Amino acid sequence: MDFLAAIGRAFLIFLESTGRIVLFALRALSHCARPPLYLRLIGRQMIDIGYYSLPVVGLTALFTGMVLALQSYTGFARFQAEGAVATVVVLAITRELGPVLAGLMVAGRIGAAMAAEIGTMRVTEQIDALSTLATNPLKYLVVPRLIAGLTMLPLLVLVADIVGVFGGFLVSVYQLNFNPAVYLSKTWEFLKVVDVVSGLVKASVFGFFVALMGCYHGYHSRGGAEGVGTATTNAVVSASILILLSNYLITGLFFSK
Amino acid sequence: MTDPSPPPGTPAKIVLSGVRKQFGAKVVLEGLDLEVGRSESLVVIGGSGTGKSVMLKCILGLLRPESGSIRVDGEETIHYSRGDRERLLRKFGMLFQGSALFDSLRVWENVAFGLIQGRAMPRRQARELAFAKLAAVGLGADVGELAPSELSGGMQKRVALARAIATEPEIIFFDEPTTGLDPIMADVINELIVKCVKELGVTALSITHDMASARKIADRIAMIYQGRIIWHGSRDDMEHSGNPFVDQFINGRAEGPIRMQVRAL
Ligand SMILES: Nc1ncnc2c1ncn2[C@@H]1O[C@H](COP(=O)(O)OP(=O)(O)O)[C@@H](O)[C@H]1O
Ligand SMILES: [Mg+2]
Repeated sequence: MDFLAAIGRAFLIFLESTGRIVLFALRALSHCARPPLYLRLIGRQMIDIGYYSLPVVGLTALFTGMVLALQSYTGFARFQAEGAVATVVVLAITRELGPVLAGLMVAGRIGAAMAAEIGTMRVTEQIDALSTLATNPLKYLVVPRLIAGLTMLPLLVLVADIVGVFGGFLVSVYQLNFNPAVYLSKTWEFLKVVDVVSGLVKASVFGFFVALMGCYHGYHSRGGAEGVGTATTNAVVSASILILLSNYLITGLFFSK
Repeated sequence: MTDPSPPPGTPAKIVLSGVRKQFGAKVVLEGLDLEVGRSESLVVIGGSGTGKSVMLKCILGLLRPESGSIRVDGEETIHYSRGDRERLLRKFGMLFQGSALFDSLRVWENVAFGLIQGRAMPRRQARELAFAKLAAVGLGADVGELAPSELSGGMQKRVALARAIATEPEIIFFDEPTTGLDPIMADVINELIVKCVKELGVTALSITHDMASARKIADRIAMIYQGRIIWHGSRDDMEHSGNPFVDQFINGRAEGPIRMQVRAL
């Protein structure tokens, strides 16, 4: 009986925090419509998320494209289908691996930083200080991060797509001795607009989740340095889970039979 | 107990009655009553963890009390909407216990924050005003360009003071302004507070457990214990209040009616 009670309790806690997160997101979003929008802060967050994540996202995409080419080549050779390497690389990168890996990398890099920064501001009363200086903390801290996450992740993923395909191209041409022109034409041959677009939509959703989890857990952290540490962990873990979960749902929306 | 109202002739600026606040099962404020008269400097004394900061945050609306009434300038503020709350907060300045300077901004930007964000003042003008306020608390122009983390605790307190007075609020709260400072720096801060209060004619509500500070900045003193105000009176009355709790506290004795909860770990 205790066991069932424990499951029930965990489920209730899960429902409660889901409700809190949804409310938090709605409250923050309602501020997007009301002036003032802090354009300087939005710009700074965009640079932080978009520009400074380029190296880590680019590196991830490059090696993923390379390893994809290598794996699919050696795998497909078993049934003489090496010609499909280019198609597999471009579809896997644009539809799945580009957005998911970029999302997870940004969750680790940006989500954690957001939770730590906002969490520190919470426990050192800087968020209370914002309120007493006639500034709404949600508007000042959360809205710019949500907007930046929503808009910058698709751009990052677009770069990741290009870099990833380029990685596959490098391995195929220089290591597996594909003809470059043939490889490129194969890359384009079966690629549809929806492949890229679905990836970018995913990226936007992932960026929103990463920023939302970073802000939510930071905003509600308490109990000094330890609390900030917990908030950081929770932000990264919950953002990663949300990314994987929503990735499945969005894929279903775009590509279900 | 002495007369519950402030000196006659001064209409009350802030009136708390029956304010109750609890966190989970833990009751922090248990029907607290307090009046702060216009342009008076009231100091609330009390031990650590007795709910002094919570009281200030309830007045500011950063925490919402379970019940009770908080009136500012005669207006009930408990059920204020967000818009009303923002308008109300323009009357207030607050010096936080840990200074709470924004560490992503430079010192002068901290001081100018309320002017730029709250009052929509142009940056250049706000910057000049910020440096004037910094000078008023004895900090030079070179300090203005530093990051808050580069300052000592005493300097941070002074910057926080400059930030609290920059928008020239009608009411200023000082939360333990001298805690953690050496005695000389503590006295510098006390002098600055007295100067600000007298020059700007503001209503000041301060919290402290530093009796030297209380004696210096208070017109009137109230003591909080177990979530209630158990005594209040003028600064001079305090020395012979006849209240055993007050006597024990102001003389810093371990023996007396106030029992510290000391647990062996
Ligand atoms: N946000 C909060 N959540 C839970 N408990 C709190 C919170 N803020 C304060 N408390 C508790 O309320 C009590 C009074 O705190 P506080 O007002 O900060 O004390 P002090 O008189 O030293 O300023 C403390 O026991 C503290 O643990
Ligand atoms: Mg306190």
